[in-house]
This record gives sequence, structure tokens and C-alpha cells, in this order.
Amino acid sequence: MEQNYYQKEIETMPVEDIKRLQSEKLVAQVKHVYENVEYYRRLMDEKGVKPEDIKGIEDLHKLPFLSKSDLRDAYPYGLLAKPLSECVRIQSTSGTTGRRVVAFYTQHDIDLWEDCCARAIVAAGGTKDDVCQVAYGYGLFTGGAGLNGGSHKVGCLTLPMSSGNTERQIQFMTDLGATILCCTPSYAAYLGESLKEKGCTPDSIPLKAGIFGAEPWTEEMRKNIEETLGIKAYDIYGLTETSGPGVAFECCEQTGMHINEDHFLAEIIDPETGEVLPEGEKGELVFTSLDKEAFPLLRYRTRDICVLSRKKCSCGRTLVKMAKPMGRTDDMMIIRGVNVFPSQIETVLLNEGYQPNYQIIVDRVNNNDTFDINVEMNPEQFTDKVSEILSMERKLGEAMKTMLGINPKIHLVAPKTIARSEGKAVRIIDKRKLI
Amino acid sequence: MAIKQITVFVENKQGALVSITDILAKSNINLRALSIAETNDFGILRLIVNDVETAKKALSDNGYLIKVTDVVGVKIGDAPGKLTAALSVLDKSGINMEYLYAFMARTERHAYVVLRVEDNEIAESALEREGFHLITDADINKL
Repeated sequence: MEQNYYQKEIETMPVEDIKRLQSEKLVAQVKHVYENVEYYRRLMDEKGVKPEDIKGIEDLHKLPFLSKSDLRDAYPYGLLAKPLSECVRIQSTSGTTGRRVVAFYTQHDIDLWEDCCARAIVAAGGTKDDVCQVAYGYGLFTGGAGLNGGSHKVGCLTLPMSSGNTERQIQFMTDLGATILCCTPSYAAYLGESLKEKGCTPDSIPLKAGIFGAEPWTEEMRKNIEETLGIKAYDIYGLTETSGPGVAFECCEQTGMHINEDHFLAEIIDPETGEVLPEGEKGELVFTSLDKEAFPLLRYRTRDICVLSRKKCSCGRTLVKMAKPMGRTDDMMIIRGVNVFPSQIETVLLNEGYQPNYQIIVDRVNNNDTFDINVEMNPEQFTDKVSEILSMERKLGEAMKTMLGINPKIHLVAPKTIARSEGKAVRIIDKRKLI
Repeated sequence: MAIKQITVFVENKQGALVSITDILAKSNINLRALSIAETNDFGILRLIVNDVETAKKALSDNGYLIKVTDVVGVKIGDAPGKLTAALSVLDKSGINMEYLYAFMARTERHAYVVLRVEDNEIAESALEREGFHLITDADINKL
């Protein structure tokens, strides 16, 4: 099969050359950060590392880590490396404990991000003749903006649908003959089912490929989506902190995602000790941006558990591949593509006059995440009227939606009925079988 | 005038109801009337018993979520149209009703209706004005 690349010279560059390029960029990036980001300069000084100690990627391990809590501490401008006058955009993650992560971009940063997404689209078989339907959310979420930009770069006719409104998605998809679909895998599965209900067969729509990410999904789901939509389904990885989707993308081999190593330097570390692990070992994925201007993060801990591989890929790309993340190092859940922290749920409960005695139950039914929270009622809240209890559940559900961005189903239960192990409640039951 | 009703939160689990009735039986509680409202997730069991204090203590000691509420008890004749007559009184007085349940009296040719309304006093005086006989906890205990 003939291969297309968006930036062939980078994507198929010999590994030694990529490493040389990374080393050059890293030295400059560290200098840029040290000079412009007081927060990280302090971390380096505390560790006794100077920019001149970093002579290449072999010195990466000397640098201090950054984690989500640093982003929270430094919110909003503490990790900014360019004057705001040079920045042209922000993107943001769904809130974490009431405080969002806000990432800044210069025009250069947006260009390189969109290049990464363009590589993903071309790897999925996209060309300027394609009609690319972007059904990721637009706005602060990076999904819509990233794939939209990438699609423009490739020269596809871009349908900026954003998420939701399935009827309209299907109408545009069929009327305008979309050939590439970009959205979350669960939404792709849902669209597939809706099309089927309308009597559309895979042959009756011109869709040929999908680029799906922003939430965990399985090989089984991939097969299912590929069959119902009659397409090839490709995985894409990214996080707002490093730019957005496109940090890594899948090629025709569909055996892991090529990391855009000219922009992002990946490491796998032992999440307990922070020690760098050799290739092929499972550990926490850490990214260092190599040429970002506004929001360059060095050694950012993603909390994703993952494996890297340099095995030769049949697509011709030499970029290192990451496996689908196998889990998280913390208790963050990704539900319907949204990051949910138990601490956010506790905050809402306390605000609404409940004790933080609760249990989260996540499952996946028909390829959609279900999200239920059992909450212990206070004795004084109990009433003999069913309607009042139901309206308490509704009100709490709405408060959760405001905080989390997604709507859980609330179930009020009697006090002291949530199972506790060793005095501590079992907070999360995740029944989704993803690995 | 009102009578006392015990409301119990019942989990939607196998055996949940029998555990409650078992506790009451062991405390020598006699049930006069009951109703259950159910949702997908839980049930609300409402009880009229011969000894409210003992029943209340037994249930709370066993960890049940309970609430004691005042409800209106009214005696009606055991004949067609008698319930309608009582309900019409409430309707004409513009009294909203949450729920009701009824039970037969054992000896006389009467039935009793338990009414949960917004305002007990208004409902009671409306019913009395129309000649209805209201029942009290003392009446219940005598049953």
C-alpha cells in the first residue's frame, strides 16, 4: 500500500537524526524556559541544575518533573514563557477541583500543533480531496480546534460540526459525503448505531476513516466501529498541557501511536521512584515539549501508564510508538471523554449539604459510559414524599453537572449503607473493561 | 387530632422489606396499615402501627432511616361512594393531597383512610365540617 506523509522528512527520519534534532531543540527549550519561567527556574535551582548542564537528550533525566499540581499552583500565568502580547489563543481542560488547566499558544505553537494533527489525518489516508467532519467539541476543549486546524492544513473540506446534535451530524455526513470522521470513539459508536437505525449501510455512505481519541477505548470497540461505519478507525493521543490531540497518532498498522518526536520528547518512568525505565518497560509516560514558545512544559508527568516501542513499522515512519495507555497512576477517571476527579464530587457534596459518603459507579453500556453516584442521605433530609427525594436527586445531579461538565445519575441511599473497606469507603467502581 | 405515621427508607434489594417486618414483629408491633411507594432505586414504606415509640426505636436501633409524620386519619362508611365523598371535601377546599391509603375496620361497617396533605389542620376542619369522623392515635391503639 502506498504511504502518504504530511511531513515525510520528519516522519521517516533516521532515528539517530531525530535524536540529534531532539538534542538541539532540548538545549534551546531548556534555556528558553529557564530564562522566562520563574516557576521552573526555581525548581531547577532547587535541584542544582543549570541550563548549561543540559547538553542533549541524555541529560534530560537531570531536569525536575512537572505534574498536574504544579499547573494548578502556577495557574494561570505561572508557567507562561512568552509575554501575553505574543500569545494568540488559550485552550483549557475540564475543571479539576474547581481550577482549570489553561494552556497558552503563540501562532508558532498553533502551527506546530496543527501540523501534528495534519500528520494524523494524512496517516489515516486523508488528502485535500477529503471531506473531514470534526465532531469533537469546539471551544476551550482542544479536540475540535486541533483537528479543525489539521484538516485545514491537509486541505480537506472541513465540516466544523462540534459535538452533539446527532440528527444534524448525520444529515451533513450523508448530504455532504464526509469521508473522514473525527470525534470520541464512544460518539463514533453512537453515530454508527444511529445510522444503522436509519437504515444506512456502510456501503451507502462514503466515510472511509475515523480519527478517534480523548478517551480510552478497546480493540473490540474499534472492530465494532469499523464494521458499523465501514471504515478504518485510528487512535489519536494528546493532552491540553502539551498542546492537544496529535501528540501521537496511529498509522495504517494500527498497532500503537507514533509520537511526534520532533516536538515532544517521551520518557517512561517508574511512577513511584521517578527513575527512567528502559524501552519496552511499562511505566508513567512523561513528555517534554521541544519547541513550544508560550507554554513549554519540561518533563510533564501525564499519569498515563504506557509502553514505548521502536520496533520497525511497516508504514515507514521511524517515530517511536506508544501503546494505548493501560491505566492511570491516580484516581482520575475519564468518563465520556471528560476528566473527573473524586475530589470534585466531594466538593459538590459538601456545598450541597451532604456528607462526602458516596460511591461512583462507571460502566459502559452500548459503547457509552454510564455514570452513577450513590450518595448517603442525611437523616434530616429524609422525607415520606417520593417526589421530594427525586427532586433532591435532580438538584444534586445539576450541581454535579455544573462542576464536572457531565451529568451523573444520582441515587440517594440510606446513611451508612455504602460499603466500606477498612473504615474507608470504596469510592470508585469502574466496571468498564478496556484492557 | 392527626395520627402518627412511620416512614422507612427501603433499599431496592432482595429481602429489604422482610428484614423490616421481622424487626417489628420481634418488637411485638402490630401493623394497622401500610403502603409502599417505589422508584427504580428505592422504596418508601409508610406504616401505621399500634405502638409508634417502640416501632421507631426498634427501627432506628437497627440503622434504618425513618421519619415520623403526622397524617390525617378519617373514618368512612364501608359502601360505594364513601371515599369519593371524603375526597370531594378536600377537592372543594382546594387541599392538595400527596398520597393516601386505606384499610378496613375490623368490627364496624367502616373503613379508615390515611391522608397525606399539605396542611393537616385545614384538611381536618374541612372534613369535620362535613360530618366526617377523624381518628386519633388512641383510636388506632384500640384497634
